Amino acid sequence: MSEWWTYSPADLLMFAPRTYWRLFELQNQALWPLPVLTTLIFLAVGLGLLRHSNTALRAGTAALALCWALVAWSFLFQRYAAINPVATVSAGIFAVQALGLLALAGAGQLRTTAHPLRCEIGLGLLTWALLLYPLHALVAGRSLVQAEVFGFAPDPTAIGSLGLLLCADASGRFARGLLGALQWLAIAWCAVSAATLWTMGSQQGWVPLIAAVIALAVRWHWPHRVDQRPTGLASHR
Amino acid sequence: MHTSQPPSPALAAPERRRWLAAAALLATGLPGGATRATAQRPLTRPIPASGEALPVVGLGSWITFNVGNDPVALDARAEVVRAFFAEGGRLIDSSPMYGSAQPAIGHALAKLGHPAALFSAEKVWVGDGTRSGEQIEASRAFWGVPRFDLMQVHNLLAWQEHLPRLLEMKAAGRLRYVGITTSHGRRHADLEGIMRTQPIDFVQLTYNLRDREVEQRLLPLAQERRIAVIVNRPFRQGGLLDRLSGHLLPAWAREIDCDSWAQVALKFVVSHPAVTCAIPATSQVAHLRQNMGAARGRLPDATLRARMVRDVAAL
Repeated sequence: MSEWWTYSPADLLMFAPRTYWRLFELQNQALWPLPVLTTLIFLAVGLGLLRHSNTALRAGTAALALCWALVAWSFLFQRYAAINPVATVSAGIFAVQALGLLALAGAGQLRTTAHPLRCEIGLGLLTWALLLYPLHALVAGRSLVQAEVFGFAPDPTAIGSLGLLLCADASGRFARGLLGALQWLAIAWCAVSAATLWTMGSQQGWVPLIAAVIALAVRWHWPHRVDQRPTGLASHR
Repeated sequence: MHTSQPPSPALAAPERRRWLAAAALLATGLPGGATRATAQRPLTRPIPASGEALPVVGLGSWITFNVGNDPVALDARAEVVRAFFAEGGRLIDSSPMYGSAQPAIGHALAKLGHPAALFSAEKVWVGDGTRSGEQIEASRAFWGVPRFDLMQVHNLLAWQEHLPRLLEMKAAGRLRYVGITTSHGRRHADLEGIMRTQPIDFVQLTYNLRDREVEQRLLPLAQERRIAVIVNRPFRQGGLLDRLSGHLLPAWAREIDCDSWAQVALKFVVSHPAVTCAIPATSQVAHLRQNMGAARGRLPDATLRARMVRDVAAL
């Protein structure tokens, strides 16, 4: 692309905002009432994490893998890519994330974090993604049928993943590295989505950005450590 | 970003006249749209290479026709295209770069039974010059047409490779016209060189009430070289109309039969003697009709054109 410096982000946006938001409406119509089931499952995972259940963490991570795979295929590849060919690449990245989460869940080295505040903030992000994110449609003046739902739309799925992964620590270099990589991928998606939304003129771009900043701040302040034991908390299961 | 054209508060009388005319036509049992189009054919300009007449307002498809697989949106675009042909339109412009615009156009054309008036304008947009044929064939399949009327090298991408191939296709009867495009005022020096040295039939460039650089060299050169001119971004992708929407139409708008800023902007463009056709994009039938209204009635002369530029710049 010659004279690339003369292109603004708006020049590269090839779809109308109306068309973009309509994608979620079509997604919700096609998959309803599965989002209800998914939300209930992850609320149960959240309750398990609140009680520092390693089983809930591993099961939630595996379920999260399925969500990323579903978003990769049903939303990014089948819907979004039709109006934005770059979404094909995003679908591939989401598929890689799904495989990574599955590997992490199956590695047997995942446990709930020893940092209670990190876990609480993580659960806050997860709850936001599950229950509050769909309401952003109403705040933005759109219909609830265009709500972005965790497990079926990329942004709340990424934010909820950041939340769940903040509740985790991992033993072993491979598992720790994988945990970190999965968090960074989710943070990167939040940044990309924020840029896309701002280019569309949507203030909703602040939402994934704030979530990414929170996750980064928490990671920095309470790094993932494997050897600390919980203090004054319910026992691991 | 959008191509919306907010109504002007000074439009009550012309709007009322239009509704009364439509009501009168309906009362006589005549289809209003068809009669209006028949009674007021759009202004046309000849393609210099052949003398073929093209209405001065065509239809672009950047963003507006990129609606993916949404059946509701596809049918809505079909209605835009239906209205376009009913208003006497011919040239529809698209590109492989425009996402799913090509299948959307194909959907519309199929639904309308492939109107004979269609003038199909497409683009080749691939860095590998050996793949132009493959891409053109894919585009043709999307449109559902036997061949394109006009094939353009999009944004000068690999033009040294594509242009000879397109000229070969034209010689073989697989195309009718060959052109090249740019937008946003980019690569005008390169475009000028191509216009001076290559036997192209069309050039597509950006020209509007704010972006007037092409008046200096490219438009006069197009006239000199007898190259048809297609104008993109006549509304600056809606930005120009957004800026003007808060202002009442000047009195001189009525001198050129304009009842909206969109028509003012288009008439400025198409009144330049070098311009063959402007291609505003829209997703709404009402806006489509408004745009096509710019292809009727009086056009500004040089004096009024200068005043239009001054007055818009002052807003």
